[in-house]
Amino acid sequence: MRPLPPPARNPYWRFLVAGVRGQSAYPLATLAGLVANATFGLLKGAIMGAAVESSGGELAGYSAATMAAFVWLGQGMLGSVNFWGGSDLQARITSGDVAVDFLRPVSVQAAHVLTDIGKGLFALLPRGLPSVVIGVLVSSMALPADAGAYALGLASLLIGIAVSHATVYVVATTGFWLVETRGVSVLYMAVSGFFAGLFTPIYLFPDWLLTLALLTPFPSMMQLPIDVLSGQVTGAGAWQHLGTQLLWLALVLGAGHLTTRAGRRRLEVQGG
Amino acid sequence: MRNALRAYRVVLASRARSQASHRASFRMDLVGALLVGLIEFTEIWVLYTASDQIGGFTLTQIMLVFGLSDLAFSLADLVAGHCDNLPRYVRAGTLDVFFLRPQAVLAQLVTSDLSLRRIGRCLVGATALTVALVLNDIDWGIGTIGLLALALACGFVIFTAQFVTAAGLQFFLVNGAEMTNAFVYGGRYAATQSATVWPRGLLVVFGAIFPVAFAAYLPVVTLLGTPGVAGLPAWLGWCAPVAACWAVVVAAVCWRWGLRHYRGAGG
Repeated sequence: MRPLPPPARNPYWRFLVAGVRGQSAYPLATLAGLVANATFGLLKGAIMGAAVESSGGELAGYSAATMAAFVWLGQGMLGSVNFWGGSDLQARITSGDVAVDFLRPVSVQAAHVLTDIGKGLFALLPRGLPSVVIGVLVSSMALPADAGAYALGLASLLIGIAVSHATVYVVATTGFWLVETRGVSVLYMAVSGFFAGLFTPIYLFPDWLLTLALLTPFPSMMQLPIDVLSGQVTGAGAWQHLGTQLLWLALVLGAGHLTTRAGRRRLEVQGG
Repeated sequence: MRNALRAYRVVLASRARSQASHRASFRMDLVGALLVGLIEFTEIWVLYTASDQIGGFTLTQIMLVFGLSDLAFSLADLVAGHCDNLPRYVRAGTLDVFFLRPQAVLAQLVTSDLSLRRIGRCLVGATALTVALVLNDIDWGIGTIGLLALALACGFVIFTAQFVTAAGLQFFLVNGAEMTNAFVYGGRYAATQSATVWPRGLLVVFGAIFPVAFAAYLPVVTLLGTPGVAGLPAWLGWCAPVAACWAVVVAAVCWRWGLRHYRGAGG
């Protein structure tokens, strides 16, 4: 086997960096996203805060401060995870460009997932951090007390971003079998945010719905990272969250690998 | 005038026919739109069953607000939703073609794509509204029906105006298109909520500047007699037409201003 190239020349590292660079080229788009994020955050914070208040200051284990943390950390993550289900790969399968991807001497799955993760990581700076700062300014949001919680939270956040993009990759590969994948994306959009805890914490769900949510990879994309990042779940519980996330990451990456291999045989590019 | 309208009718009919002809895809779109609406209602259901009442509203009461605003927004989305495509048309240069045709640019934009799948969304709002009207204790009469019809019509106008306002601003934003989501889709989200929970800043934004509170919340307060925002009179729900007029004026100014600013983009 050939020795691995140094990081700067490793193609997979460069996919990650390209993702980061590509996003940083549109500062106005980033600012626009932040404005929309913050408006939704204010609305969500108002209704969730009122819900906690009308339940006597405690709702499903959340206080006013931890609920504010849930809202604003969630808003901060929105630019980094994918809840709308579309992707570059989806467009490239439809147009047939994916045939070129298959000719390259790199893994198609790794290239696409890493580029998307790179975009997601970049978004943490101009969209993630400001959202949290706004949250701290407008609410009394709870933050974890010790450095260990931040380190675990950051790890959980990174895995969450990876789970999200690896799952969207699987969604995109359905394009090998279906001509029109917009329906699949809409389905993904409807379900993913809801089960990930984008609107309300999933712990507010009735038991049967919570069980159903936990049987999907979606909570690993947002709810679990928020739990760890906000210090709502600490110690052994936090490690358990990380374990669950890694398990889902392995599962969706495995699924993506299989669909890529099967889809490659199915692929038929028309026209010339 | 009749000839001009006929042209639009023919264009719209052709769009509708072309979509309905891809049956499988169309059915999936319809189901998808239905599911999105259903899940949006489920969010409210989860929140209002977890705590009995929020901002003075119970689940059945907020369902009336949700049904009314969601139906109005879905109808507006059906008519003007593809104004969202404007940044793409600008970048691709498609918009320049619109200027060459003997039809109003806005009218062409509106008829450029008719998404029949959005009918699925209307069904969710209509169902929620019907169920809420049955479940709530409503004192039926001419006034009640008039208030509901007024709210629905004005809600439709207000949301349509938001789409056009956003389109006008797109000429300046282009890459920053997402900014207008704050009041178009943020406005839809705000319209399903009880305004009593908002801080003062949000009250100004969604009660006055982008007056979506008049689409459902304020009329429902007038209708049910629930305690509203402190300091606001209960009859404010009847003022929805004033809010609708204001929204139309803002939309007209933004659209004209944007159109005049436009100097062409593509080659």
